[in-house]
Amino acid sequence: MATTFKKNPGDLVFSIITGVASFSVIILIIGVLYVLISESSLSIGKFGIWKFLASTDWDPVKESFGALTNIYGTIITTFLSLIIAIPVAIGIAIFITEISPNFLKGPIGIAIELLAAIPSIIYGMWGLFTLSPIMSAYIEPFLKKITAHIPLIEILFKGTPMGIDILTASIILSIMIIPFTASISRDSFNLTPALVKESAYALGATKWEVVKNVVIPYSKLGVFGGIVLSLGRALGETMAVAFVLGNNHRIATSLLDAAATITVTLANEFAEADKDIYLSSLFYLALVLFVMSFITLAIAKIFLLRAERKYSR
Amino acid sequence: MKREKLRKIEGFMALSLSALAAFFGLFWLIFILGDVLVHGMKALNPSLFINDPAPAGVEGGGLRNAFIGHLMITSFATLIGVPVGVLGGTFLAEYARGRKIARVISILSDIMVSVPSIVIGTFIYALLVKPVGHFNGWAGAVALSIIMIPVVLRTTEDMLSLVPWTLREAAFALGAPYYKVIIQVVYRGAATGILTGILLSIARVAGETAPLMFTAFNNSFFSVNMKGPISSLTVTIFQYAMGPYENWHAQAWAASFVITIFILILTILGRLIIKWRYR
Repeated sequence: MATTFKKNPGDLVFSIITGVASFSVIILIIGVLYVLISESSLSIGKFGIWKFLASTDWDPVKESFGALTNIYGTIITTFLSLIIAIPVAIGIAIFITEISPNFLKGPIGIAIELLAAIPSIIYGMWGLFTLSPIMSAYIEPFLKKITAHIPLIEILFKGTPMGIDILTASIILSIMIIPFTASISRDSFNLTPALVKESAYALGATKWEVVKNVVIPYSKLGVFGGIVLSLGRALGETMAVAFVLGNNHRIATSLLDAAATITVTLANEFAEADKDIYLSSLFYLALVLFVMSFITLAIAKIFLLRAERKYSR
Repeated sequence: MKREKLRKIEGFMALSLSALAAFFGLFWLIFILGDVLVHGMKALNPSLFINDPAPAGVEGGGLRNAFIGHLMITSFATLIGVPVGVLGGTFLAEYARGRKIARVISILSDIMVSVPSIVIGTFIYALLVKPVGHFNGWAGAVALSIIMIPVVLRTTEDMLSLVPWTLREAAFALGAPYYKVIIQVVYRGAATGILTGILLSIARVAGETAPLMFTAFNNSFFSVNMKGPISSLTVTIFQYAMGPYENWHAQAWAASFVITIFILILTILGRLIIKWRYR
């Protein structure tokens, strides 16, 4: 259809201008990948791929760098925050779509979206000044006390409750990603045809049984896509965790230990890296993060596209 | 009889839990906003806007440099990001409508929207800071514009797709070439939608910190020179909040207050416009 319009010179010019603008997205992605690879080539050459990913060294003085402590920190905080965020987000979605009276639906939906609009640095600062003291004074000692005599779990809460640790960072991260999961789950829940739900009610199902056996199975693709999307977001979140994670390059077994994520390491060390190999290793870390989050986000997008196709049928 | 009661109890408990979850979410929002408001209001005073920072550890001073710097970086980012985004979205929704390439770019933009912003910061550092040899404001503006482009591009595409095809056909029937149809008919029909997208994308980048830390960096002095390091509110908040001085903390709260209010107003405005125009 569009080719027929190319006869006019004005259209030729305008289509080229707009075309270049839209291809900028592809150029950007390839550009980011190319620049990160070429900047980290020094480090890739010295440490290789597997050795870098599997090494726990992070020693600017000895110039020995490995990504494992950072990857570990990223994965553990993301995982913990998802454990907290998923049930809450799905609960919120159920509340908005099935339980709440109509006049509350709008305001609560907006409130949740505002939570998503607050910049991450505000979360981080709030975490440092408000949440962290509360955690170290009340919540962490309490958790220590009740888990003190349970084997294995007790290990998770070893150490002094400082408030600057994996647990606090994960809680802040979970507050940040709740809105993403909640709003996508809500939209998916809303797409369940009323007819299917009414059929279940007609069979005598309670409201919860309808949600559990009809709405959630029907919208699971969309919900799952939303969860993976927030996973991708959590992987790359920087400022919210930079304040409260410390910057500690080691594999921490206790949730009350400080740790480092890829993003926190970049934020704290990038501007100060004085040697070429140091900077190159930081670029290497950025590359690892870019690849990790790109793959995660692509998977999320695939699920969401499939969900979309299913509902539009 | 007993089974039915069990089912009812189970249902009641599950639904109460989800109601609890909703209030849990609201609780955080009120907690965070309330905290920013209370601490921010306390530290807010005129000298914050008209004075430059005092030397470290000395009472008083303001954040005039950061306010101006932030405004400049965000404005230039908007000037770069919005045209590219709007034009790119136009290509996807008009010239490449229904083509495979439009779909691919649209999906890639969706992914780019969520790519970690700190990675964009390192990318721009390699591109615009390293070759020059020093941090500069332009690098910050470009980094923010890169975050903006996919957001604006996607909303523009969606908004243009909402304009009925028959409207374009009516204009074609009058003999108008496609580019005139787009500029004079389609853009007018989608103007409010595109404007909303722009507002929301400004709200998105105005609170970004990570991409500015290695690009625009920070500057404790007043500077409007985009070729040198420029102070921004968000990076200043990071530096001040991590710093040891009480009055730095107070000023960080005040800066957070201003930036949060600004972003929330933009966001609410955007939502209201969508609601008013499309429902």
